[in-house]
Amino acid sequence: MDLVLTIILDGLIYASWLFIVALGLTLVFGVLRILNFAHGGIYALGSYAAVIVTPFFAGFGLPDWFSIVSMFIAAMAVAIVLAPLIERGLLRFFYGRDEVLILLITYSVFLMLEDATKLIFGVNPYYLFEPRNVLGNVEIGSLYYVGYDLALGGLAVICGAGVWFGLRRTRIGKVTLAVIAEPEVAQAMGVNIARIYLLAFGVGVFLAALGGAFTAPLISVQPGNSVSVIIVSFAVVIIGGLGSIPGAAVGALIVGLARSFAVYEFPEAEIFIIYLVMVAVLIFRPEGLFTPVKARKI
Amino acid sequence: MFDVRKRGGIAALLAGAALAFGGAAQAQETFKVGIVTFLSGQAAQSFGVPAWDGGKVLIEAFNNGTAPAPYDKKGFGGMEIVPVVIDEAGGATVQVQEYRNLVQRENVDVVVGYVSSGDCLAIAPVAEELKKFTILYDCGTPRIFEDASYEYVFRTAAHATQDNVGLARYLKAKGVEVSTYAGINQDYAWGHDSWADFTAAMKQVYPEATVSAELFPAFGAGQYGTEISALLQARPDLIHSSLWGGDNQALILQGLPRGLFQRSQVVFSAGDHAMPPLGANYPEGVIVGARGAYGYMAPDTELNRWWTKLYMDAYNVIPVQAPYRMAQALTGLKLAVEKAMEANGGKKPTSEELAAAMKNFSWESPAGLIEMTNGGGHQAIQPIAFGRSMKNDAGEVVLGDIVRFPARCVNPPADMKGIDWINAGFPGAQCD
Amino acid sequence: MIRVFGLAALGAVLAIVAGALAPAWLVFTMTKAIAFGLVALGIVGLMRGGLVSFGQGLYYCAGAYVSGLLAARFGVSEAALLLLIGAVTGAAAAALVSPLIARYRGIFFAMLTMALSMVLYGVLAKATPIGGTDGFNVPRPSFGGWTPGPESADLALYVVAVVFAAVAAALCRLYYDSGPGLVALAARENELRVEYLGASVFTVTQRNFILAGGLAGLGGALNGMALGHVDPFFSYWTTSGEVVFIAILGGYASAVAVFGAALIVELVRSFSGQYFPESWQLFLGIFLLLVIIFLPRGFGSLWAKRATGAKGAGE
Repeated sequence: MDLVLTIILDGLIYASWLFIVALGLTLVFGVLRILNFAHGGIYALGSYAAVIVTPFFAGFGLPDWFSIVSMFIAAMAVAIVLAPLIERGLLRFFYGRDEVLILLITYSVFLMLEDATKLIFGVNPYYLFEPRNVLGNVEIGSLYYVGYDLALGGLAVICGAGVWFGLRRTRIGKVTLAVIAEPEVAQAMGVNIARIYLLAFGVGVFLAALGGAFTAPLISVQPGNSVSVIIVSFAVVIIGGLGSIPGAAVGALIVGLARSFAVYEFPEAEIFIIYLVMVAVLIFRPEGLFTPVKARKI
Repeated sequence: MFDVRKRGGIAALLAGAALAFGGAAQAQETFKVGIVTFLSGQAAQSFGVPAWDGGKVLIEAFNNGTAPAPYDKKGFGGMEIVPVVIDEAGGATVQVQEYRNLVQRENVDVVVGYVSSGDCLAIAPVAEELKKFTILYDCGTPRIFEDASYEYVFRTAAHATQDNVGLARYLKAKGVEVSTYAGINQDYAWGHDSWADFTAAMKQVYPEATVSAELFPAFGAGQYGTEISALLQARPDLIHSSLWGGDNQALILQGLPRGLFQRSQVVFSAGDHAMPPLGANYPEGVIVGARGAYGYMAPDTELNRWWTKLYMDAYNVIPVQAPYRMAQALTGLKLAVEKAMEANGGKKPTSEELAAAMKNFSWESPAGLIEMTNGGGHQAIQPIAFGRSMKNDAGEVVLGDIVRFPARCVNPPADMKGIDWINAGFPGAQCD
Repeated sequence: MIRVFGLAALGAVLAIVAGALAPAWLVFTMTKAIAFGLVALGIVGLMRGGLVSFGQGLYYCAGAYVSGLLAARFGVSEAALLLLIGAVTGAAAAALVSPLIARYRGIFFAMLTMALSMVLYGVLAKATPIGGTDGFNVPRPSFGGWTPGPESADLALYVVAVVFAAVAAALCRLYYDSGPGLVALAARENELRVEYLGASVFTVTQRNFILAGGLAGLGGALNGMALGHVDPFFSYWTTSGEVVFIAILGGYASAVAVFGAALIVELVRSFSGQYFPESWQLFLGIFLLLVIIFLPRGFGSLWAKRATGAKGAGE
């Protein structure tokens, strides 16, 4: 029984992390129809921003808990700098083009981000210790868990609920939904589509950077952290259904639990369990779990 | 062997622009060394960049003639050393192509490189075919010279067998009690080979001990929460890990607050390079290997003091395994070039002459004596050391409790494969 | 038909002459470019039907492994035979997958193909008897019983590669311009109309997918021989991604342009790696971006605009 509990708990922690990263990806796809490869690069940049910004605020003598706040500030800073640069400066010229072509554009952005990050920060590792000490340790069963890791679950819920609420309950959110449904009609009704696109992309960048920022205390922040993130988060949103927020949540849960189960029971399968799940889901639900069937164009 | 020159004048005229890259004759007074190591990706921070950092200052010191004897001649026997550096990223496919470009286009005199075992395995036969003297300076897989034999390929560092044999011997020497042990190693050849060597060595040294968990997280996984829970639940006496670089550091950062290092004795077979960056945050009591007698565990010789100072003056951090391995390749290469020049009357040596000079060669590197005894005189053996992380008087976490094992104690004899030697109970090992 | 094969023969002769005059490193790079070009040619076939596979690595890798194992373990050394075996392996693997995959469209097609290739990567990475992640070495091939020395081996393989590429390109051209081939272009425009007209999009997709698998297997076998080494990274998503890029660069209008595109990508990557070892990714990224911006329909569009009559299908 203890083992089942551990598997579920570990799976949930991993799923929370996955969801935060995948949420931005699925949102950007939902609104802009772009599968953003640079997401992983932005994630890595979010880690760097967190290790720079957090000590900066700590330097003012602010209490330790402020380090959690400063990670939001770091992610916001990344979003404010990068989102206009990438969306307005590049992506907007390619709207309506082939999805795969845009995927390749974001891939080249990813390559550039990778080296730009290296040129700015060098290859030496950075660390961030404070945030993980804020919430102390918790004993569950016979195991210690770090409060911070468990709190990632809370963060995932906040992010998911925030985006959900923003889309369904605010004016701009409802306008965004209209743009998703019928961009041309929305434009004809006087919606400034460019602003909606920039905003959605900005939120996507923010969420990627936030995922990176909150991962920073768990890892050594150095080159090469971006690649593995992209592929697992791609898998999550594909499983859930591209553009679907509940889909991303369910996808993250499935992948998180599957991986956790594999570590305990089939450690040799861990390397491809995610892809097996993805193949299995796509065979039965060709467009992912949560995508409504679209009418075919005539 | 340069097709470009053989095909003569008309071809050169016609091929025009392409030839501009490859055809120029080299000036006699320079010696071009192709250096291949990771400058991007996960291995850049831990291996590639520090290795090349070390190579840079060492080559500079050689060129200025400021190194101590027997390395005090300028350059390589008077020839200025000109490095050409290439990123090792991209996998074996890209590396075979870049190797050919180095040799056939850039006309380098030798190639020194390769951290990844997959790259080494792929490059060795190409080097042989192009008849280009090549030093594999870092990669660990024993398969290179155990599965094939080469004339032009040399490895100036011991292969991975010693890492885990030495580790088991260290545990015994320090009286660590082990009745159960677990492993967490990356899911690629390095992780699997390390774990196989370690379990085989433990069967010899601790025949009673049993394995309680074996985990193989993906390379670059970054998130180890689940693995740490599994290890905590298994409660082994000892946890073995060959994780390196960012993965190693992530495991430490995530495992430390969860009591992983209190509940079990953790051993990192190749984890020394995580110590300088983590500094005072490195857990105490961890048994750490460096794949040689490197860094904190290097011998106290004049050469090592000079080398450590050279590196620390430039980068303000202690050199760990990667720069040492580059240094032992470049010191060996320098002496081999000069030995070959003595034999040929002072001309720039050919690949054949270099291979003859390097075969069965031995030299003092900063990390001790390197002897090219195995693999038909192409594979080095070297001493190895292990230690335990502990705070020194200044409050820094360093390695103490250091035990050094002579090369012949932890490496198989010339005619045996590493894993067979372990399973046979280390026949012929000389440990004192 | 005679015109197509005549052009292919002429192209092959020119390519062989160029190879004989080129320096050794370039011959090797051109061989590798042909191998990638073959894989990309298969993707071009799929692109004509509006689909892009991000998992051609699977068939590329399957071809490389099967022919490589036959060469390394069973002493089969005839280059042409090994290449054919690679192509058959790739096509067979694709045929096996095709009933499943042909139902998918757009990004889901791309992602499912990618997931399948990553499953093969995972399986091969576990296959310790054939080297696990380190892979294994492939011996040099022979040519009609003749085993060339190291000086001429590269050129000999290059000549064989050119011949195979020329035949493959000519056959693809003929197929693309044939009735069944042109249905793909129609499907790209509007699948439903194609179905109403009595053609099966499913069958077209399946056929193109098997063709692409065969070409990928051929390319894989060729690259395994040229490099002398195969490993599971042949099936990794980055390999597939690189080939997709080459296909986009070449454009779907021309069957020949992919080979040029492959060579250009190889050269750009190699020289930026040489001159900017610390920031070659930055330069590669900028290069990719510039090409997409200024040649959105690929290099092929530079000279194939008038050739196919299917204009503006990309938009």
